[in-house]
Parts: sequence; structure tokens; C-alpha cells
Amino acid sequence: MPEPNHAQNQAERDSAIAVETEPVVLFENVSVRFDGPPVLEDVSFGVAPGETRVLLGPAGVGKSVLLKLANGLLRPDSGRIFLFGKEITAMPEEELLRLRIRTGMVFQEGALFDSLTVRDNVGYQLMERHLPVAEIDQRVQEALRFVELEHTYEMLPASLSGGMRRRVAIARAIIDKPELLLYDSPTGGLDPVTSTTIIELIIKERDVYRTPSLLVTHRLQDAFTMVSHRYDTATDKMVPLTDHQTKTNTSFLVLHQGKLIFDGSTDALVSSQDPFLKEFLA
Amino acid sequence: MNCNQFPDSALKYAILTAGDFTRPIENQFCTNEDFASSHFFHMPFALDNLDILAKRMLLALQEYTLFCWQSVINLFRTPHYWPDILTQCDLIGVGSLPIVVLTGFFTGGVLALQSAASLAQFGAQAYTGRFVSLSMIRELAPVLTGLMVSGRNASGMASELGSMVVTEQIDAMRALGTDPMKKLVTPRMLSTVVMLFLLTIVSDTVGTAGGSAVAVFISHQNGTQYYTSAYQALGYDDIAQGLTKPLFFGFIIATVGCFFGMKTTGGTQGVGRATTQAVVVSSVLIIFCDFILSRALLWLYSGI
Repeated sequence: MPEPNHAQNQAERDSAIAVETEPVVLFENVSVRFDGPPVLEDVSFGVAPGETRVLLGPAGVGKSVLLKLANGLLRPDSGRIFLFGKEITAMPEEELLRLRIRTGMVFQEGALFDSLTVRDNVGYQLMERHLPVAEIDQRVQEALRFVELEHTYEMLPASLSGGMRRRVAIARAIIDKPELLLYDSPTGGLDPVTSTTIIELIIKERDVYRTPSLLVTHRLQDAFTMVSHRYDTATDKMVPLTDHQTKTNTSFLVLHQGKLIFDGSTDALVSSQDPFLKEFLA
Repeated sequence: MNCNQFPDSALKYAILTAGDFTRPIENQFCTNEDFASSHFFHMPFALDNLDILAKRMLLALQEYTLFCWQSVINLFRTPHYWPDILTQCDLIGVGSLPIVVLTGFFTGGVLALQSAASLAQFGAQAYTGRFVSLSMIRELAPVLTGLMVSGRNASGMASELGSMVVTEQIDAMRALGTDPMKKLVTPRMLSTVVMLFLLTIVSDTVGTAGGSAVAVFISHQNGTQYYTSAYQALGYDDIAQGLTKPLFFGFIIATVGCFFGMKTTGGTQGVGRATTQAVVVSSVLIIFCDFILSRALLWLYSGI
């Protein structure tokens, strides 16, 4: 019976394509408030597979809250959030924990466990899964090599600089090959040189592993570096894009007073006539 | 025009408008500043605050109850963090041993000192051992050990977990797929319950020994007589009473300490506040719980 088989195969292919194009994260009319006015109001957007979204906005506008909503660390008051196609708005914490293992998150100040060594911080997820010690050691070394901090293996977070802590946090986030990366102001409070190092790592991660990601920042220069550079594996450095090259997999979101006022490409952002955006970009 | 000059008018208006009188009176009689400075109008605000305070307390009680339930139910859920439980046993139990030994020894000594003087008036000095052992085992060892461990460990737990909260380490743990209740709270709860039970036995022992030291070296009593009297006075119900209490006290210390730690807000100042609150609340709860437990256990064992 060839026809049903053919139809079945076609359905499987369609389903595979649907899964491939299904947003990794999807916000639908999400609102949240604590004590006082709403922090986020009617926010809707998505992160497609292989896509990097840069969330811009002034300090204190709710960017970190939005990021924590994306992996269920906070719950919205209304609206729906989907992570890997599953609605997490009212998902029990037990199920959420299993889903979060598939994501990696870099916190604002790194949020490394200060009583654990760099090795134990980076290999935390693997240790929780009781993998063999040799495998953990090897994968921790690989992750630390990626952020160029192999020499910090036995050190405690307290003896690292701010920039090194962020790099260790990136290593911890990527060690288990996450399907989504969330960066919460990874360059906040760092000097320009260290910030560039961190952004270079994020670009390296984006171009080498192509993990979909959501990056929160209030620093325009970081955002524009991300869309104007690519990672060159031959020279092991980030290099500026030439005139005819465009990075279509990185786009922008802008938050203002709890509302998402922009969702689109770099060109659309730069040519926007919105008064706030013009002032923000000036 | 000052509102304080028209309390009667304001009162009449307040009665007429049945509570919703703040803005109209302000508009009619006085400016914002006058209105705010009026003693008369502070009354409803104070009542409002009381209402909010009562709601907050009720909410905190509800949260604490759920927190306790979760910490207990996690004992029966995987994963179990046995290395963390052993580490906490070491920190809480072995770490508290010196203060528990010192407190127990000197409390037993002071009991012997005071009781020997009083009992001598009735020619009953031979009952010093009985008095010390009963007091220590039934009441003082569990309560004092509980208070000592509370001062040392409830504060430690609140400050440690509070620091983890304000530096986003708890969020990081959740983001890495670990339940902080299972990883941090349940091991501390189990360790405190087990170790406080054992520390109370240590306190019972050194307290009785402290009493004997005073009885023999200061009151010049016979050591054998002291220990015989102490041993004969004790029944299984006394020991059961004394060893039931630390199970509850340990639970209070760990859950209160962890609860205030996990609910910390407001940076380093918040950590300090959480630490103080944890010690105060756990100490008061231990004393309160001791009273309730004493009453219940007396009824259970002696039918009193």
C-alpha cells in the first residue's frame, strides 16, 4: 500500500519542518506586575531556531524580568509563554526544572556558586546527573577552553575578576549544549575591553554552535557589534562583516515603559521614526 | 485653616461618608499638609496599616506552612543529596558541640549549686542528683541546646541562603535544573533534626556531670549517692519527653532559618534583617513550642 506510506512520510516531513520552524520561545500578550505599575504589559514576540534576539531598553525597564519569564523563573500575571513548544505559564516547578536543563542562562553578575571551585561551577549540571568524573573533567576543560580560562580550573570565584566571572558563567551555560541561551546583561559593569571580549565570546557561540539566544543589554555598542561582526574560525577572532554581508539571524527587540515598542531588523531599527527610538539611538 | 481646629466637623463628615472620607474632607477643610499632619486623620491610616500587617502575617504563615510541607515531602522524593546531608550534619552537629558542651556543663553545675543550698534547708541535700537529672533531661537540655543551636545555625542558614538569593545563586540553581528546596532546605532540615537529638543527649550527659562536679567538689556530697539518686529518679517517660522535644526544635530551627533566608529581599541589608528575624522567631517559637509540648507530653505520659 504505497499511497498511505507516502502520505505518512509526507506528514512526518511536514511535522519535522513544523518542529524546526516552531519558535524556541514564544511570548503571547504577556503582562506582569509586582507592587505598583505593570513591569511588562502585553508583550508578544518569538525566538526562532538559530536566531539571536537582542533585547534593548533603558535600565530598570523590565528586561531581566522578561528574561526570567522566558525560562519560568518568574510567572506572568496574564498571557502565555511557550518554551520549546510547551506552555510554561502554569507548568509545575518539577516539570519546569526538567525543561530548564535544556536552556543555559548567564546572569547579570555571573551568579557563580561562591563555595564551589570553577571546575565544580562549570561542571555543576554534569555532576547533578552523576556523570563519570573523567567525563566531567574533560567537558569542563573544553568549556573553559572555549572561554579561554583553562588556568582557572581549581580557583574559587572570589579570586576571579568581574570579566572572568562572566566568562566562567558563559562556560557553565554552554557546557551541556543548551537548545536556548539567555544572557542577562553579560557586559554590565565591565570596562570596554572586557566587554568586547565577552561580546566576542557570544558571537563565537552564535556562529560556531548556532544556538538560539536572547540577549538583554542596555549598551547599544554591544548590540551593534553583534550585528556587524562574525566569528572567523580560521583566525579565531571576530571580524567585521564586509559591505555585502548581512547577519540575518540577529534582530532587535526594544522595551520602553513595560511595552515592546520595536521588533525587527537592524535596518528597521536604524530607520525607525519613533521619537523614543531616535532619542535612544542618538 | 487647620484640620485640628475642626475635629467635630471632620468626625461628623466621617460618620456620614462611612469611611470614604479622606479626599472630600481634605478638599473641604484643609490643605494636603494640614490633612497629613492632623492627628485625627492618622487613626484610619493606623487601622489600615494594622489590616495590611495582619494580612502580611497571615500570608507569611501560609507561606511558612507550605515551605515546611515541601521540605518534609522532599524526603520522599528523588534526588536525595546525601553528601549535602552529611556536610550539614558536620557543620550543625559537630560545629555546635563545643557550645552545647559548655552550656550543658555549666547549667548542670548551677542547678546543683542552687538546689543543694535549697534542699539543705530541709535536710534533703541527697536529692541533688535527682533534681539536676530531672530538670536537665526533661526541660533544660532540650531547650538550652535548641536555643544555642538556633543562635548559631538559624542565623547561619538565613545569612547563607539570603546571600545566595541576593546574588541570584538560587535563581542560577533553578536555571540549571536543580530544586533549591531539595538541594538546600531538606538536607538542612534533616541534619538539624538528627543532630539536635544527638546534641541533646550530649547536653543531658554533660549537664548531669556538671551537677556532679559541683555536688562533689563544692557541696562535698558523695558522688555515688548523687549518681544513684539521679539514675533512680529517671523513668522512661522522662527520657521520652526530653528526647521528643529536640525533634520539633530542630525542625523549627532549620525551617525558620531557611525560610527567612529564601525570602530575603533588599540586598545585604536584607540579609542582615533576615538573619536577625530568623534567630528571634526561631528562639520564640522554641520557647512557645516547649510549653505546648510539655503540656501535651505530660498528658500523654502521666495523664496530668
